[in-house]
Amino acid sequence: MSNLKILLNGIIKENPAFVLMLGMCPTLGTTSSAINGMSMGLATTFVLICSNTVISSIKSIVPDKVRIPSFIVVIASFVTLLQMVMQAYTPALYTTLGLFIPLIVVNCIVLGRAEAFASKNKPIPSLFDGLGIGLGFTLALTILGAVRELNAPGASTKSSIP
Amino acid sequence: MKKLESTLTNMLLALTGITVVMVGILAMMNELTREPIAQANAKTLSDAVAAVVPGFDNDPIAEKHVETVDGVEYTIYPATKGGESLGAAVESSALGFGGQLTIIVGFNKEGVINDYSVLKHAETPGLGAKADTWFKKGQKGDITGKSPANGDLTVSKDGGQIDAITASTITSRAFLKAVNNAYKVYQGNADAATGASQKSVAQAK
Repeated sequence: MSNLKILLNGIIKENPAFVLMLGMCPTLGTTSSAINGMSMGLATTFVLICSNTVISSIKSIVPDKVRIPSFIVVIASFVTLLQMVMQAYTPALYTTLGLFIPLIVVNCIVLGRAEAFASKNKPIPSLFDGLGIGLGFTLALTILGAVRELNAPGASTKSSIP
Repeated sequence: MKKLESTLTNMLLALTGITVVMVGILAMMNELTREPIAQANAKTLSDAVAAVVPGFDNDPIAEKHVETVDGVEYTIYPATKGGESLGAAVESSALGFGGQLTIIVGFNKEGVINDYSVLKHAETPGLGAKADTWFKKGQKGDITGKSPANGDLTVSKDGGQIDAITASTITSRAFLKAVNNAYKVYQGNADAATGASQKSVAQAK
């Protein structure tokens, strides 16, 4: 499978939110507006790319029985790194997304891709898989956010639902 | 390369190795971002101070001082223009519905509330979280232009003149308590500064 195909696979055929139905919690929690959804998607994309590439590179030195804890350590490190960077350079966005940033660690998309793709493939295809799935997630969250932004809060009944 | 066997040594080595490398990377990033994070936090605070006591030409953050009353810390940011006191911004907190509610209130030098800003809260979104705008000028629970000088500000349910946030009386009470305490600390401090009577802090309870 070519890298382009892997990329498109993540965006359309295996779109995490619309097709695989993974990561529903951040999908519902952060799509209160298109920009929030997009930011959350891009944050997850960053973690996916880094974790997929690193996990794929270290897969041969990780014994099978401890692979899940090892993957989680890698994922959690990248999330913490992202959190520090966001806190430093985009404090407003960090406040808006709040708890959902550390929760990327337990987002099943990230561990799911590590298990299903990165641990079986070479680093470069894994990078493209992370990018594809991440962009697919971003796309889904942006669309959902836009729809919710146009309809909510209380566009039809003039009463606001948080 | 063949996968490593799941022996105890291999597992220990792999896990330890990965953790050590990742901790190293994180420690480095922590060093790099410490300064910008501190700056970002300082900017949030200085924006809040500038919003609640506008027009100063000193540096309230640098001139801040901390008062502790009943184990609660209040930070006072005095605002002056050309040496004349304009009042102060007081950081105060009270226990709200979901946890500590931290606000910063600006008083002019007569002790009248200028404006306020919610710095940190854990109130229910859509209910208590409305405190960030509810008590602003022109809103239903407007506290600007009022002063707790003639008795505490209280919600109308408790016989006061402030409309509580709908369905969030606990948050509203906590908010007003923080405002009243901020006023007392501010007054106590203003008195201390002018050498006048030391009422206030003891009465603040």
